[in-house]
Amino acid sequence: MFAVRIQREPFDAVAESAALAAGRTDVGAIVTFTGLCRADAGPDGAGLAALTLEHYPGMAEEEIERHVEEARRRWPLTGAIVVHRHGRLEPGDPIVFVATASSHRAAAFAAAEFLMDWLKTSAPFWKKEEPAGAARSGGWVEAKASDDAAADRWRE
Amino acid sequence: MKVLYFAWLRERVGLAEEEVAPPAEVVTVADLARWLAAQDEAHAYAFDNPAVVRAAIDRRHVKPDSAIAGAREVAFFPPMTGG
Repeated sequence: MFAVRIQREPFDAVAESAALAAGRTDVGAIVTFTGLCRADAGPDGAGLAALTLEHYPGMAEEEIERHVEEARRRWPLTGAIVVHRHGRLEPGDPIVFVATASSHRAAAFAAAEFLMDWLKTSAPFWKKEEPAGAARSGGWVEAKASDDAAADRWRE
Repeated sequence: MKVLYFAWLRERVGLAEEEVAPPAEVVTVADLARWLAAQDEAHAYAFDNPAVVRAAIDRRHVKPDSAIAGAREVAFFPPMTGG
């Protein structure tokens, strides 16, 4: 099973993961990653009340699907699920979920990291910060060079 | 063609999308950004630092020197911060 979903609603990481093994006996490894909204972000460490995630409908799905296809070319995966939320999310809320399944763990670990690294830098999502306290207005989160470097590691 | 803006480019332009008909000498994505920037103050503000603006043609990432011929949808946005 291979699936990419962009949604406002929360996701159930356990149920998503279980779906990768349901009805089959060739899956030996499932690696899951869940990204959460942190409170310690925010301008000058002032703390965050919420993040609002904007996305490019259509391209967000297609761009992640292209990287899932690339992951399938590189590793013998039996399945992969990527779920990315949009809208207003508060600290503690899950934002993103990546699960990869394979017969053996090495492929599942590598593919999960590959998908997350590319998702951070090439999936069309943008985060706007809503600082704790009403005193200041929020700004758009800037892209990090360390995320570009993480994605660049996978270039052939 | 349709032009889309996201995140702070959308806020600066004041529009999420617009229909435009650039003249024939607008050939590349970079040409289109320069042409849009010349439309009014809001567009000029959005494109005041073209080096940080990313683009997609028909939902695929492209470089500034990519040709816009045949494009249905050109999107401009800042570097992505998902995940």
